[in-house]
Amino acid sequence: MAASDAKEFSMHDGKLPDGGVKVLVPCGALGAGVRADEVETGLAAGAHAIALDAGSTDSGPAYLGTGKSKYSRAAVKRDLSILMDARDRARIPLLIGSCGTSGCDEAVDWTLEIVQEVAQELGQRPRVAVLYSEQDKAVLKAKNAAGLVRALAPLGPLDDATVDACSHVVALLGPEPYVSVLQEGAEIVLGGRTTDTAVLAAVPLMLGAAAGPAWHGAKVAECGGQCTVNPTNPGILFSVDAEGFDIAPLSPDNRCEPRTVAAHMLYENSDPFHLVEPGGVLDVTGSEYQALDARRVRVTGSRWAPAPYTMKLEGAAGGPFQTLMMVGIEDRAVMADLDGFLARMDEALRERVRRTMGEMAGDFDISLRAYGWNAVSGQTPPPGTAAPLEVGLLFVATAETQALATQIAKVCNPYFFHFPVRRDIELPSYAFPFSPAEIERGQVFEFKLNHVVETTDPFELVRVRWAGVNVQDKEVRDGQAA
Amino acid sequence: MVKLHEVCHQVRSKNAGPFWVTVDLFFDGPENYARYKDSPGLSAAAVAKVFGVDASLVKRFAVDSLSVVKLSYPRKAPQGGTVERDMHSGQQYVRLLDTPLG
Repeated sequence: MAASDAKEFSMHDGKLPDGGVKVLVPCGALGAGVRADEVETGLAAGAHAIALDAGSTDSGPAYLGTGKSKYSRAAVKRDLSILMDARDRARIPLLIGSCGTSGCDEAVDWTLEIVQEVAQELGQRPRVAVLYSEQDKAVLKAKNAAGLVRALAPLGPLDDATVDACSHVVALLGPEPYVSVLQEGAEIVLGGRTTDTAVLAAVPLMLGAAAGPAWHGAKVAECGGQCTVNPTNPGILFSVDAEGFDIAPLSPDNRCEPRTVAAHMLYENSDPFHLVEPGGVLDVTGSEYQALDARRVRVTGSRWAPAPYTMKLEGAAGGPFQTLMMVGIEDRAVMADLDGFLARMDEALRERVRRTMGEMAGDFDISLRAYGWNAVSGQTPPPGTAAPLEVGLLFVATAETQALATQIAKVCNPYFFHFPVRRDIELPSYAFPFSPAEIERGQVFEFKLNHVVETTDPFELVRVRWAGVNVQDKEVRDGQAA
Repeated sequence: MVKLHEVCHQVRSKNAGPFWVTVDLFFDGPENYARYKDSPGLSAAAVAKVFGVDASLVKRFAVDSLSVVKLSYPRKAPQGGTVERDMHSGQQYVRLLDTPLG
Protein backbone atom coordinates (compact mmCIF):
# COMPACT_ATOMS: atom_id res chain seq x y z
CA MET A 1 0.00 0.00 0.00
CA ALA A 2 1.41 3.39 -0.95
CA ALA A 3 0.58 5.17 2.27
CA SER A 4 3.59 7.43 2.17
CA ASP A 5 1.91 10.40 0.49
CA ALA A 6 -0.61 10.69 3.29
CA LYS A 7 2.14 10.38 5.86
CA GLU A 8 4.32 13.11 4.39
CA PHE A 9 1.31 15.39 4.25
CA SER A 10 0.31 14.62 7.82
CA MET A 11 3.60 15.91 9.17
CA HIS A 12 2.67 19.42 8.22
CA ASP A 13 -1.06 19.71 8.66
CA GLY A 14 -1.05 19.47 12.45
CA LYS A 15 -3.77 16.83 12.40
CA LEU A 16 -3.30 13.56 14.24
CA PRO A 17 -3.32 10.71 11.69
CA ASP A 18 -6.22 8.24 11.89
CA GLY A 19 -5.16 5.26 13.94
CA GLY A 20 -2.47 7.27 15.69
CA VAL A 21 1.16 8.02 14.95
CA LYS A 22 2.99 4.78 14.26
CA VAL A 23 6.66 4.42 15.10
CA LEU A 24 8.65 1.44 13.89
CA VAL A 25 11.36 0.52 16.41
CA PRO A 26 13.46 -2.08 14.58
CA CYS A 27 15.61 -3.09 17.54
CA GLY A 28 16.92 -1.91 20.89
CA ALA A 29 20.21 -0.58 19.51
CA LEU A 30 21.57 0.15 16.04
CA GLY A 31 24.11 -2.57 15.27
CA ALA A 32 22.42 -5.20 17.44
CA GLY A 33 20.82 -6.72 14.34
CA VAL A 34 17.59 -5.45 12.79
CA ARG A 35 15.50 -7.97 10.88
CA ALA A 36 14.54 -7.02 7.33
CA ASP A 37 11.31 -9.05 7.47
CA GLU A 38 10.20 -7.24 10.62
CA VAL A 39 10.99 -3.85 9.06
CA GLU A 40 8.82 -4.77 6.05
CA THR A 41 5.97 -5.68 8.40
CA GLY A 42 6.28 -2.29 10.06
CA LEU A 43 6.23 -0.45 6.73
CA ALA A 44 3.18 -2.40 5.61
CA ALA A 45 1.45 -1.40 8.85
CA GLY A 46 1.88 2.24 7.81
CA ALA A 47 4.73 3.40 10.03
CA HIS A 48 5.19 7.18 10.07
CA ALA A 49 8.81 6.97 11.18
CA ILE A 50 11.60 4.55 11.97
CA ALA A 51 13.29 5.43 15.24
CA LEU A 52 15.83 3.74 17.47
CA ASP A 53 18.78 4.50 19.62
CA ALA A 54 22.35 3.45 19.06
CA GLY A 55 23.75 3.86 22.50
CA SER A 56 23.49 4.03 26.23
CA THR A 57 25.72 4.08 29.28
CA ASP A 58 24.57 0.53 29.94
CA SER A 59 27.77 -1.18 28.83
CA GLY A 60 30.03 0.92 31.02
CA PRO A 61 32.21 4.01 30.83
CA ALA A 62 34.79 2.92 28.23
CA TYR A 63 32.61 3.92 25.26
CA LEU A 64 32.13 7.49 26.42
CA GLY A 65 35.68 7.62 27.71
CA THR A 66 37.17 6.61 24.37
CA GLY A 67 34.45 7.84 22.00
CA LYS A 68 34.45 4.42 20.31
CA SER A 69 31.36 2.40 19.41
CA LYS A 70 30.36 -0.77 21.22
CA TYR A 71 29.07 -2.32 18.01
CA SER A 72 31.37 -2.97 15.07
CA ARG A 73 31.37 -0.80 11.96
CA ALA A 74 30.22 -3.78 9.88
CA ALA A 75 27.25 -4.46 12.17
CA VAL A 76 26.18 -0.80 12.18
CA LYS A 77 26.54 -0.60 8.41
CA ARG A 78 24.46 -3.73 7.92
CA ASP A 79 21.60 -2.33 10.03
CA LEU A 80 21.84 1.08 8.37
CA SER A 81 21.67 -0.51 4.91
CA ILE A 82 18.37 -2.21 5.76
CA LEU A 83 16.89 0.85 7.49
CA MET A 84 17.98 3.41 4.89
CA ASP A 85 16.59 1.26 2.09
CA ALA A 86 13.29 0.95 3.96
CA ARG A 87 13.18 4.66 4.79
CA ASP A 88 13.77 5.64 1.18
CA ARG A 89 11.05 3.36 -0.20
CA ALA A 90 8.49 4.39 2.40
CA ARG A 91 9.50 8.09 2.36
CA ILE A 92 9.41 8.31 6.13
CA PRO A 93 12.09 9.75 8.39
CA LEU A 94 14.75 7.69 10.14
CA LEU A 95 15.78 8.95 13.59
CA ILE A 96 18.80 7.53 15.39
CA GLY A 97 19.67 8.68 18.89
CA SER A 98 22.91 8.30 20.87
CA CYS A 99 24.92 7.52 17.76
CA GLY A 100 28.06 5.43 18.17
CA THR A 101 27.11 4.26 21.70
CA SER A 102 28.17 7.34 23.69
CA GLY A 103 26.75 10.00 21.39
CA CYS A 104 29.86 12.17 21.71
CA ASP A 105 30.85 14.17 18.62
CA GLU A 106 33.42 11.62 17.46
CA ALA A 107 30.89 8.80 17.74
CA VAL A 108 28.25 10.80 15.83
CA ASP A 109 30.70 11.61 13.04
CA TRP A 110 31.69 7.94 12.85
CA THR A 111 28.02 7.09 12.29
CA LEU A 112 27.56 9.90 9.75
CA GLU A 113 30.46 8.60 7.69
CA ILE A 114 28.82 5.14 7.55
CA VAL A 115 25.47 6.70 6.60
CA GLN A 116 27.17 8.58 3.76
CA GLU A 117 28.86 5.40 2.54
CA VAL A 118 25.57 3.46 2.58
CA ALA A 119 23.77 6.30 0.80
CA GLN A 120 26.32 6.24 -2.00
CA GLU A 121 26.07 2.46 -2.31
CA LEU A 122 22.26 2.66 -2.45
CA GLY A 123 22.31 5.63 -4.82
CA GLN A 124 20.47 7.83 -2.32
CA ARG A 125 20.90 11.50 -1.50
CA PRO A 126 19.03 11.88 1.78
CA ARG A 127 18.84 15.16 3.68
CA VAL A 128 20.78 14.33 6.83
CA ALA A 129 20.62 16.48 9.95
CA VAL A 130 23.16 15.90 12.68
CA LEU A 131 22.49 16.97 16.28
CA TYR A 132 25.59 17.31 18.41
CA SER A 133 25.30 17.33 22.19
CA GLU A 134 28.89 17.02 23.39
CA GLN A 135 29.54 19.90 25.76
CA ASP A 136 32.22 22.54 25.81
CA LYS A 137 33.89 22.38 29.23
CA ALA A 138 34.13 26.15 29.57
CA VAL A 139 30.40 26.52 28.94
CA LEU A 140 29.66 23.82 31.45
CA LYS A 141 31.87 25.35 34.12
CA ALA A 142 30.17 28.70 33.57
CA LYS A 143 26.77 27.05 33.93
CA ASN A 144 27.96 25.41 37.12
CA ALA A 145 29.34 28.68 38.49
CA ALA A 146 25.95 30.27 37.79
CA GLY A 147 24.25 27.59 39.88
CA LEU A 148 22.59 25.95 36.90
CA VAL A 149 24.12 22.48 37.39
CA ARG A 150 22.44 20.27 39.98
CA ALA A 151 23.81 17.01 41.40
CA LEU A 152 21.73 13.85 41.48
CA ALA A 153 22.20 11.35 44.32
CA PRO A 154 24.57 9.77 45.21
CA LEU A 155 26.98 12.40 43.82
CA GLY A 156 27.60 15.84 45.28
CA PRO A 157 28.13 19.28 43.77
CA LEU A 158 30.22 19.51 40.61
CA ASP A 159 33.69 21.06 40.66
CA ASP A 160 35.83 22.30 37.79
CA ALA A 161 38.48 19.61 38.27
CA THR A 162 35.89 16.89 37.68
CA VAL A 163 34.76 18.53 34.45
CA ASP A 164 38.38 18.90 33.32
CA ALA A 165 39.15 15.25 34.10
CA CYS A 166 36.48 13.99 31.68
CA SER A 167 37.60 13.02 28.19
CA HIS A 168 34.06 13.63 26.91
CA VAL A 169 30.98 15.26 28.43
CA VAL A 170 27.59 14.89 26.75
CA ALA A 171 24.15 16.27 27.56
CA LEU A 172 21.10 14.12 26.84
CA LEU A 173 18.94 15.57 24.08
CA GLY A 174 15.20 15.84 24.30
CA PRO A 175 12.83 15.46 21.34
CA GLU A 176 12.64 19.15 20.36
CA PRO A 177 15.83 19.30 18.24
CA TYR A 178 14.63 16.22 16.33
CA VAL A 179 11.26 17.82 15.70
CA SER A 180 12.91 21.04 14.58
CA VAL A 181 15.11 19.46 11.90
CA LEU A 182 12.29 17.16 10.74
CA GLN A 183 10.12 20.23 10.21
CA GLU A 184 12.96 21.73 8.18
CA GLY A 185 12.94 18.67 5.94
CA ALA A 186 15.44 16.25 7.43
CA GLU A 187 15.01 12.69 6.17
CA ILE A 188 17.63 11.13 8.42
CA VAL A 189 18.45 12.55 11.85
CA LEU A 190 21.62 11.43 13.60
CA GLY A 191 21.53 12.46 17.23
CA GLY A 192 24.25 12.78 19.79
CA ARG A 193 23.46 11.42 23.23
CA THR A 194 19.69 11.42 23.63
CA THR A 195 17.37 9.96 26.22
CA ASP A 196 16.25 6.55 24.96
CA THR A 197 12.68 7.75 25.02
CA ALA A 198 13.10 11.16 23.36
CA VAL A 199 14.20 9.81 19.98
CA LEU A 200 11.15 7.50 19.86
CA ALA A 201 8.68 10.09 21.19
CA ALA A 202 9.76 12.86 18.79
CA VAL A 203 7.51 12.06 15.82
CA PRO A 204 4.36 11.32 17.87
CA LEU A 205 4.86 14.60 19.73
CA MET A 206 5.47 16.46 16.47
CA LEU A 207 2.29 15.08 14.94
CA GLY A 208 0.13 16.05 17.89
CA ALA A 209 -0.19 12.82 19.87
CA ALA A 210 -0.81 13.14 23.60
CA ALA A 211 2.41 13.69 25.53
CA GLY A 212 1.91 11.13 28.31
CA PRO A 213 1.20 8.23 25.96
CA ALA A 214 3.95 9.37 23.54
CA TRP A 215 6.60 9.28 26.26
CA HIS A 216 5.25 6.11 27.85
CA GLY A 217 5.03 4.27 24.52
CA ALA A 218 8.56 5.37 23.76
CA LYS A 219 9.77 4.12 27.10
CA VAL A 220 8.18 0.71 26.62
CA ALA A 221 9.55 0.39 23.07
CA GLU A 222 13.06 1.64 23.75
CA CYS A 223 14.58 -1.81 24.27
CA GLY A 224 12.82 -3.27 21.23
CA GLY A 225 11.56 -6.78 21.97
CA GLN A 226 12.25 -6.51 25.70
CA CYS A 227 8.57 -5.66 26.27
CA THR A 228 7.38 -8.85 24.54
CA VAL A 229 7.18 -12.48 25.61
CA ASN A 230 10.10 -13.34 23.30
CA PRO A 231 12.75 -10.58 23.36
CA THR A 232 14.90 -12.35 20.75
CA ASN A 233 12.52 -10.85 18.16
CA PRO A 234 13.75 -7.26 18.27
CA GLY A 235 11.14 -5.24 16.32
CA ILE A 236 8.24 -3.26 17.79
CA LEU A 237 5.54 -0.97 16.43
CA PHE A 238 3.83 1.48 18.75
CA SER A 239 1.03 3.80 17.82
CA VAL A 240 0.14 6.89 19.80
CA ASP A 241 -3.13 8.80 19.66
CA ALA A 242 -4.93 11.39 21.77
CA GLU A 243 -5.75 9.06 24.69
CA GLY A 244 -3.16 6.31 24.76
CA PHE A 245 -0.89 4.03 22.80
CA ASP A 246 -1.03 0.54 21.31
CA ILE A 247 2.05 -1.62 21.14
CA ALA A 248 2.80 -4.90 19.39
CA PRO A 249 5.82 -6.86 18.21
CA LEU A 250 6.55 -6.95 14.49
CA SER A 251 7.08 -10.72 14.38
CA PRO A 252 3.73 -12.49 13.88
CA ASP A 253 4.70 -15.30 16.25
CA ASN A 254 5.63 -12.95 19.09
CA ARG A 255 3.25 -11.06 21.37
CA CYS A 256 2.94 -8.32 23.98
CA GLU A 257 0.87 -8.98 27.08
CA PRO A 258 -0.32 -6.39 29.63
CA ARG A 259 2.13 -7.96 32.08
CA THR A 260 5.17 -7.68 29.74
CA VAL A 261 4.33 -4.08 28.86
CA ALA A 262 3.67 -2.97 32.44
CA ALA A 263 6.78 -4.74 33.70
CA HIS A 264 8.98 -2.78 31.33
CA MET A 265 8.69 0.31 33.52
CA LEU A 266 10.62 -1.70 36.11
CA TYR A 267 13.48 -2.50 33.79
CA GLU A 268 16.68 -0.49 34.37
CA ASN A 269 14.63 2.21 36.15
CA SER A 270 15.20 3.06 39.77
CA ASP A 271 11.60 4.36 40.03
CA PRO A 272 8.83 2.28 38.38
CA PHE A 273 6.24 5.07 38.31
CA HIS A 274 8.10 8.23 37.27
CA LEU A 275 10.61 8.96 34.55
CA VAL A 276 12.34 12.33 34.51
CA GLU A 277 12.92 13.57 30.97
CA PRO A 278 14.05 16.88 29.47
CA GLY A 279 11.19 19.28 30.08
CA GLY A 280 8.98 17.10 32.25
CA VAL A 281 8.20 13.93 34.10
CA LEU A 282 6.31 10.88 32.83
CA ASP A 283 3.93 9.53 35.47
CA VAL A 284 2.48 6.04 34.92
CA THR A 285 0.89 5.68 38.36
CA GLY A 286 -2.57 5.72 36.78
CA SER A 287 -1.77 3.79 33.60
CA GLU A 288 -4.14 1.00 32.58
CA TYR A 289 -2.91 -1.94 30.49
CA GLN A 290 -5.42 -3.81 28.37
CA ALA A 291 -5.02 -6.67 25.88
CA LEU A 292 -6.52 -5.67 22.51
CA ASP A 293 -6.06 -9.19 21.14
CA ALA A 294 -3.53 -12.00 21.52
CA ARG A 295 -0.60 -9.81 20.44
CA ARG A 296 -1.41 -6.14 21.07
CA VAL A 297 -1.69 -4.14 24.26
CA ARG A 298 -3.33 -0.75 24.73
CA VAL A 299 -2.19 1.61 27.48
CA THR A 300 -4.16 4.63 28.68
CA GLY A 301 -3.94 7.00 31.60
CA SER A 302 -0.22 7.88 31.31
CA ARG A 303 0.43 11.48 32.28
CA TRP A 304 3.09 14.02 31.40
CA ALA A 305 3.86 16.84 33.84
CA PRO A 306 5.88 19.65 32.25
CA ALA A 307 8.82 20.96 34.28
CA PRO A 308 11.61 23.50 33.71
CA TYR A 309 13.91 22.26 30.96
CA THR A 310 16.95 20.29 32.11
CA MET A 311 19.40 18.02 30.33
CA LYS A 312 21.20 15.22 32.12
CA LEU A 313 24.99 15.19 31.85
CA GLU A 314 27.27 12.22 31.38
CA GLY A 315 31.05 12.30 31.56
CA ALA A 316 33.79 9.72 31.73
CA ALA A 317 37.46 10.08 32.55
CA GLY A 318 40.44 7.87 31.92
CA GLY A 319 42.06 6.31 34.98
CA PRO A 320 44.79 3.73 35.51
CA PHE A 321 45.64 0.75 33.28
CA GLN A 322 45.15 -2.97 33.81
CA THR A 323 46.88 -6.19 32.77
CA LEU A 324 45.25 -9.59 33.32
CA MET A 325 46.32 -13.21 33.76
CA MET A 326 44.16 -16.25 34.30
CA VAL A 327 44.89 -19.78 35.51
CA GLY A 328 42.66 -22.75 36.05
CA ILE A 329 43.17 -24.74 39.27
CA GLU A 330 41.80 -28.19 40.09
CA ASP A 331 44.44 -29.15 42.69
CA ARG A 332 42.42 -30.76 45.51
CA ALA A 333 44.58 -29.46 48.32
CA VAL A 334 44.12 -25.92 47.00
CA MET A 335 40.35 -26.42 46.63
CA ALA A 336 40.18 -27.64 50.24
CA ASP A 337 41.77 -24.42 51.57
CA LEU A 338 40.91 -21.90 48.89
CA ASP A 339 40.45 -18.80 51.07
CA GLY A 340 43.72 -19.45 52.92
CA PHE A 341 45.53 -20.12 49.64
CA LEU A 342 44.21 -16.93 48.05
CA ALA A 343 45.12 -14.80 51.07
CA ARG A 344 48.69 -16.16 51.13
CA MET A 345 49.11 -15.79 47.36
CA ASP A 346 47.80 -12.22 47.49
CA GLU A 347 50.36 -11.26 50.10
CA ALA A 348 53.19 -13.09 48.32
CA LEU A 349 52.43 -11.33 45.01
CA ARG A 350 52.32 -7.87 46.59
CA GLU A 351 55.55 -8.56 48.45
CA ARG A 352 57.24 -9.72 45.26
CA VAL A 353 56.22 -6.53 43.44
CA ARG A 354 57.48 -4.37 46.31
CA ARG A 355 60.76 -6.29 46.49
CA THR A 356 61.52 -6.41 42.76
CA MET A 357 60.06 -3.08 41.56
CA GLY A 358 60.19 -0.93 44.67
CA GLU A 359 58.99 2.66 44.32
CA MET A 360 58.83 2.29 40.54
CA ALA A 361 55.61 0.26 40.81
CA GLY A 362 53.86 3.41 42.00
CA ASP A 363 50.31 3.28 43.29
CA PHE A 364 49.52 -0.26 42.13
CA ASP A 365 46.86 -2.82 43.01
CA ILE A 366 46.58 -6.57 42.59
CA SER A 367 43.17 -8.22 42.68
CA LEU A 368 42.72 -12.01 42.73
CA ARG A 369 39.24 -13.23 41.84
CA ALA A 370 38.44 -16.94 42.04
CA TYR A 371 35.68 -17.65 39.51
CA GLY A 372 33.80 -20.69 40.69
CA TRP A 373 34.18 -19.63 44.33
CA ASN A 374 33.45 -15.98 45.18
CA ALA A 375 34.73 -13.76 42.35
CA VAL A 376 31.39 -12.11 41.65
CA SER A 377 30.51 -11.01 45.17
CA GLY A 378 34.04 -10.79 46.57
CA GLN A 379 32.56 -11.99 49.86
CA THR A 380 33.75 -14.90 51.98
CA PRO A 381 31.40 -17.87 51.46
CA PRO A 382 29.53 -19.12 54.56
CA PRO A 383 31.38 -21.64 56.75
CA GLY A 384 30.85 -25.19 55.56
CA THR A 385 30.48 -24.27 51.87
CA ALA A 386 31.55 -27.30 49.82
CA ALA A 387 34.88 -26.99 47.98
CA PRO A 388 34.51 -26.40 44.24
CA LEU A 389 35.77 -28.87 41.64
CA GLU A 390 37.91 -26.15 40.05
CA VAL A 391 38.27 -22.38 39.91
CA GLY A 392 39.34 -19.94 37.26
CA LEU A 393 41.65 -17.54 39.05
CA LEU A 394 41.75 -14.09 37.51
CA PHE A 395 44.68 -11.80 38.28
CA VAL A 396 44.12 -8.07 37.72
CA ALA A 397 47.10 -5.72 38.02
CA THR A 398 46.21 -2.02 38.09
CA ALA A 399 48.92 0.63 37.70
CA GLU A 400 49.49 4.13 36.40
CA THR A 401 50.62 3.02 32.93
CA GLN A 402 50.04 -0.03 30.77
CA ALA A 403 53.78 -0.79 30.81
CA LEU A 404 53.83 -0.80 34.61
CA ALA A 405 50.72 -2.99 34.88
CA THR A 406 52.28 -5.49 32.49
CA GLN A 407 55.60 -5.40 34.31
CA ILE A 408 53.75 -6.19 37.55
CA ALA A 409 52.03 -9.12 35.85
CA LYS A 410 55.31 -10.43 34.49
CA VAL A 411 56.98 -10.15 37.89
CA CYS A 412 54.08 -12.03 39.47
CA ASN A 413 53.83 -14.67 36.74
CA PRO A 414 56.06 -17.38 38.37
CA TYR A 415 54.31 -17.09 41.74
CA PHE A 416 50.85 -16.99 40.16
CA PHE A 417 51.75 -20.11 38.16
CA HIS A 418 53.50 -22.16 40.87
CA PHE A 419 52.35 -20.87 44.27
CA PRO A 420 52.17 -23.91 46.61
CA VAL A 421 49.32 -24.48 49.03
CA ARG A 422 51.94 -25.61 51.59
CA ARG A 423 55.66 -24.92 51.85
CA ASP A 424 56.72 -28.55 52.16
CA ILE A 425 55.56 -29.77 48.74
CA GLU A 426 57.04 -29.82 45.26
CA LEU A 427 56.04 -26.68 43.34
CA PRO A 428 52.80 -27.27 41.44
CA SER A 429 52.02 -25.87 38.00
CA TYR A 430 48.53 -24.51 37.40
CA ALA A 431 46.72 -24.40 34.06
CA PHE A 432 47.46 -21.31 31.97
CA PRO A 433 45.09 -21.20 28.97
CA PHE A 434 47.15 -18.68 26.96
CA SER A 435 50.68 -17.84 25.84
CA PRO A 436 51.78 -15.20 26.57
CA ALA A 437 50.01 -15.50 29.88
CA GLU A 438 49.31 -11.81 30.36
CA ILE A 439 46.68 -9.77 28.51
CA GLU A 440 46.90 -5.99 28.30
CA ARG A 441 43.34 -4.85 28.96
CA GLY A 442 43.91 -1.15 28.44
CA GLN A 443 42.78 1.86 30.41
CA VAL A 444 40.12 1.90 33.10
CA PHE A 445 37.47 4.60 32.59
CA GLU A 446 35.16 5.95 35.22
CA PHE A 447 31.83 7.75 35.08
CA LYS A 448 32.25 11.12 36.75
CA LEU A 449 28.97 12.98 36.29
CA ASN A 450 25.46 12.39 37.58
CA HIS A 451 24.13 15.92 37.23
CA VAL A 452 21.54 17.90 35.31
CA VAL A 453 21.99 21.29 33.71
CA GLU A 454 19.24 23.88 33.36
CA THR A 455 18.93 25.36 29.91
CA THR A 456 17.11 28.40 28.59
CA ASP A 457 15.44 26.21 25.96
CA PRO A 458 15.86 22.75 24.38
CA PHE A 459 18.35 24.09 21.80
CA GLU A 460 20.82 26.09 23.90
CA LEU A 461 23.37 23.28 24.29
CA VAL A 462 22.75 21.63 20.91
CA ARG A 463 24.59 22.19 17.63
CA VAL A 464 22.92 21.31 14.31
CA ARG A 465 24.73 20.43 11.10
CA TRP A 466 23.22 19.55 7.77
CA ALA A 467 25.26 16.93 5.99
CA GLY A 468 24.73 15.91 2.41
CA VAL A 469 26.02 12.80 0.80
CA ASN A 470 28.16 14.19 -2.00
CA VAL A 471 30.19 17.34 -2.58
CA GLN A 472 27.34 19.23 -4.18
CA ASP A 473 25.10 18.66 -1.17
CA LYS A 474 27.81 19.57 1.28
CA GLU A 475 28.38 22.94 -0.35
CA VAL A 476 24.72 23.76 -0.12
CA ARG A 477 24.03 22.41 3.31
CA ASP A 478 27.12 22.57 5.49
CA GLY A 479 27.40 25.43 7.88
CA GLN A 480 23.73 25.95 8.60
CA ALA A 481 24.31 26.00 12.30
CA ALA A 482 21.37 26.48 14.61
CA MET B 1 10.83 -19.05 58.30
CA VAL B 2 10.18 -18.80 54.58
CA LYS B 3 12.97 -17.48 52.35
CA LEU B 4 12.54 -14.87 49.65
CA HIS B 5 13.27 -17.24 46.77
CA GLU B 6 10.53 -19.59 47.98
CA VAL B 7 7.77 -17.00 47.47
CA CYS B 8 9.00 -15.28 44.28
CA HIS B 9 8.87 -16.67 40.76
CA GLN B 10 11.57 -14.23 39.66
CA VAL B 11 14.11 -12.02 41.38
CA ARG B 12 16.43 -9.91 39.24
CA SER B 13 18.88 -7.03 39.53
CA LYS B 14 20.20 -4.56 36.97
CA ASN B 15 22.10 -1.31 36.74
CA ALA B 16 19.80 1.72 36.51
CA GLY B 17 22.26 4.18 35.05
CA PRO B 18 25.93 4.24 36.11
CA PHE B 19 25.26 5.08 39.77
CA TRP B 20 22.28 2.95 40.80
CA VAL B 21 21.25 -0.69 41.08
CA THR B 22 17.64 -1.79 41.03
CA VAL B 23 16.26 -5.13 42.26
CA ASP B 24 12.82 -6.44 41.27
CA LEU B 25 11.11 -9.04 43.45
CA PHE B 26 8.28 -10.72 41.50
CA PHE B 27 6.15 -12.45 44.14
CA ASP B 28 4.23 -15.64 43.43
CA GLY B 29 0.76 -14.16 43.30
CA PRO B 30 -1.02 -11.36 45.17
CA GLU B 31 -1.35 -13.40 48.38
CA ASN B 32 2.37 -13.93 48.85
CA TYR B 33 2.93 -10.33 47.84
CA ALA B 34 0.47 -8.99 50.41
CA ARG B 35 1.80 -11.28 53.11
CA TYR B 36 5.51 -10.66 52.70
CA LYS B 37 6.02 -7.29 51.00
CA ASP B 38 6.44 -5.43 54.29
CA SER B 39 8.73 -8.04 55.90
CA PRO B 40 11.51 -6.49 57.99
CA GLY B 41 14.05 -8.38 55.86
CA LEU B 42 12.97 -6.30 52.86
CA SER B 43 13.09 -2.92 54.59
CA ALA B 44 15.35 -0.19 53.29
CA ALA B 45 17.58 -0.59 56.34
CA ALA B 46 17.93 -4.36 55.91
CA VAL B 47 18.71 -4.10 52.21
CA ALA B 48 21.20 -1.28 52.85
CA LYS B 49 23.00 -3.55 55.28
CA VAL B 50 23.24 -6.44 52.81
CA PHE B 51 24.81 -4.22 50.15
CA GLY B 52 26.77 -1.97 52.49
CA VAL B 53 25.14 1.29 51.40
CA ASP B 54 23.49 4.30 53.06
CA ALA B 55 19.95 3.33 54.12
CA SER B 56 18.65 6.88 53.67
CA LEU B 57 19.31 6.59 49.91
CA VAL B 58 17.56 3.24 49.40
CA LYS B 59 14.31 3.62 47.45
CA ARG B 60 11.53 1.13 47.93
CA PHE B 61 8.40 0.76 45.80
CA ALA B 62 5.43 -1.56 46.07
CA VAL B 63 3.90 -2.19 42.64
CA ASP B 64 0.55 -3.71 43.55
CA SER B 65 -0.61 -4.36 39.99
CA LEU B 66 2.38 -6.64 39.32
CA SER B 67 2.85 -8.05 42.85
CA VAL B 68 6.36 -6.62 42.72
CA VAL B 69 8.55 -4.98 45.34
CA LYS B 70 11.26 -2.84 43.78
CA LEU B 71 14.37 -1.83 45.69
CA SER B 72 16.90 0.66 44.31
CA TYR B 73 20.18 1.58 45.91
CA PRO B 74 23.27 3.57 44.95
CA ARG B 75 26.39 1.67 43.96
CA LYS B 76 29.38 1.86 46.26
CA ALA B 77 31.50 2.73 43.20
CA PRO B 78 30.26 3.92 39.80
CA GLN B 79 29.75 1.25 37.16
CA GLY B 80 32.91 0.06 35.42
CA GLY B 81 35.61 1.47 37.66
CA THR B 82 38.85 -0.13 38.80
CA VAL B 83 37.24 -2.57 41.23
CA GLU B 84 34.23 -3.58 39.13
CA ARG B 85 33.08 -7.18 39.54
CA ASP B 86 29.57 -6.97 38.10
CA MET B 87 29.35 -4.35 35.36
CA HIS B 88 25.57 -4.59 34.92
CA SER B 89 24.82 -5.52 38.56
CA GLY B 90 22.99 -8.48 37.09
CA GLN B 91 24.09 -10.90 39.84
CA GLN B 92 23.54 -8.70 42.87
CA TYR B 93 20.07 -10.10 43.53
CA VAL B 94 21.54 -13.45 44.56
CA ARG B 95 22.52 -12.04 47.92
CA LEU B 96 18.85 -11.45 48.75
CA LEU B 97 17.51 -14.89 47.79
CA ASP B 98 17.86 -16.48 51.23
CA THR B 99 16.48 -13.47 53.11
CA PRO B 100 14.12 -14.80 55.80
CA LEU B 101 10.62 -13.29 55.57
CA GLY B 102 7.95 -13.16 58.18
